[in-house]
Amino acid sequence: MSTVRFGPELALLVAAGLVVLVDLAYPRRMVSLALGLLGVAAAAVWTLALGFGGGRGSAFQGTLLVDNFSLFFAVLVLAVTGAVLLASWDSLRAMGGREAEYVALMLVAATGALLLAGVNDLIAIFIALELTSVPQYILAAFSRTNRSSEAGLKYLLYGAISSAVLLYGMAFLYGATGTTSLPGIAHALSAHDGRTAAAVVGMVFVAAGFGFKMAIVPFQMWVPDVYQGAPTPVSAYLSVGSKAAGFAVALRVFLTALRVDGLATDWANMFAVLAVASMTIGNVGALWQRDIKRLLGYSSIAQAGNLLVGLAAATATRGDVLGASGVLFFVAAYAFTNLGAFIAVIALSHRLGSDEIDAYAGAWRRSPLLAVVLAFCLVSLTGIPPTAGFWAKLYIFNAAVRGGMVWLAVIGVLNSVISAAYYLGVVGVMFMRPPAEERRISLSPVVGLPLIVAAVGTLAFGLVPGPLIAAAEHAAAVFAH
Amino acid sequence: MDVGVQQFVALSGVLFAIGLYTALAKRNAIAVLMGVEIMLNAVNIAFVAFSRFIRGEDPLAGQVFVVFTLTVAAAEAALMLAIAVAIYRGRESVEVDEITDLKA
Repeated sequence: MSTVRFGPELALLVAAGLVVLVDLAYPRRMVSLALGLLGVAAAAVWTLALGFGGGRGSAFQGTLLVDNFSLFFAVLVLAVTGAVLLASWDSLRAMGGREAEYVALMLVAATGALLLAGVNDLIAIFIALELTSVPQYILAAFSRTNRSSEAGLKYLLYGAISSAVLLYGMAFLYGATGTTSLPGIAHALSAHDGRTAAAVVGMVFVAAGFGFKMAIVPFQMWVPDVYQGAPTPVSAYLSVGSKAAGFAVALRVFLTALRVDGLATDWANMFAVLAVASMTIGNVGALWQRDIKRLLGYSSIAQAGNLLVGLAAATATRGDVLGASGVLFFVAAYAFTNLGAFIAVIALSHRLGSDEIDAYAGAWRRSPLLAVVLAFCLVSLTGIPPTAGFWAKLYIFNAAVRGGMVWLAVIGVLNSVISAAYYLGVVGVMFMRPPAEERRISLSPVVGLPLIVAAVGTLAFGLVPGPLIAAAEHAAAVFAH
Repeated sequence: MDVGVQQFVALSGVLFAIGLYTALAKRNAIAVLMGVEIMLNAVNIAFVAFSRFIRGEDPLAGQVFVVFTLTVAAAEAALMLAIAVAIYRGRESVEVDEITDLKA
């Protein structure tokens, strides 16, 4: 009964259907949200049962894998989805009777992201990628305001072009090897000289397609616009869940199928250059932003650059998975940190009625909790101890140094210094400037819960990073040979 | 002249380039969508040609892939048109360089 391994995805899909059906009889946002969270919880329990109950293996003739790597990302994506659903509580009210559709689309997007971490075949990868992307296009346009529609249009246009590019790359990989399964591709490439023209073209185009999902340069143009225009909880999901899924599938494809001599050096160098470009363009772009969501958009491009450092180092030393486990640890730490920041922004902007950084003046006096959490998360994004973000950067730059890419680590550290200017600039506005008015900002407990969890996680993994590092190393070990 | 895999790959390359140019250069959102459709059809030609001419363990996979590509392309086109209608309601235009509310 290998189909049991498809259980978490199935639970999410069933929950998505139920949310829409139940909404016909009981159109309440409480009901939709509770059912959605129930689905996420069921999927999480199933995932943990697979993990601890010896459920590792494959399903559908090896198309879907359940291994430490896919389990790591499944837990991460489900946690992010649950947190974003909770954080949507206030925003759901403004959606005029479409709460159920919102929750259902979130669940379908999570299904795709879950699949993306586990699938082992080009066809399945493409389907999973579209399954997570299409609901997100709709969600970005969900508010039906001019700005939200514009965000949806831009996201969809860039997304459609990049999936065509990805498909073209997959066609060439198929042409070069005669198979669509990732182990089959690796086998065919290593049987003779793998670095044929078709394989190189395929590799570059596939990297471009995933680059869109990971939001790296030169496929980053959509990021600030979409983050600014989309409903804020959707931006939060895009910046964490979607990016995590993009890196998961990129790691799987490049480390399973394309880790052949010659070809591996090509893509390691390519990712190293893109890492520098992403970090620099993201950080320099963020310096001029006056809108907090655009600032977080540029910041997420820069963080994707940090993650690429790990991807570039992943193949540097054969048999060593330090780069890959660095990416995993960074993604997890970044998920806690960035979610904390985004949820604080959701709560603050909802009450302030503005996303302008200037409107955050004196937030410390109006809501000490939100201001402290946001400041703490921004400090973590900068990479200052005692936060999870510090260990994440240390880990990933260490992987680069060990992989012989010292220059890359140096540029990464220099970029962290630039990033301090805008991250700490926001902190300064919140704590140093006088507030425009003294009225307190209230926080609903439903939004407060994921906020506290994210902040505590950022602090806890900053003080005791050991368990998370162990989990990341365990998950990355599937790529060791 | 024998028509082999080279000719088909060349055709798909030309089509892909035309589609990419259309998608990047056209200002009307609908025309961009048409460019994307041309790119996807270039991909389909490449898949079917490889499936016909390449010796591998999985000669049919290319044709199976095309069925999935077509389906997903239809879904994306439907969504694109829906969003274009939503945009048109708000602004009476779907020219992408006139849609610029989102800026620094």
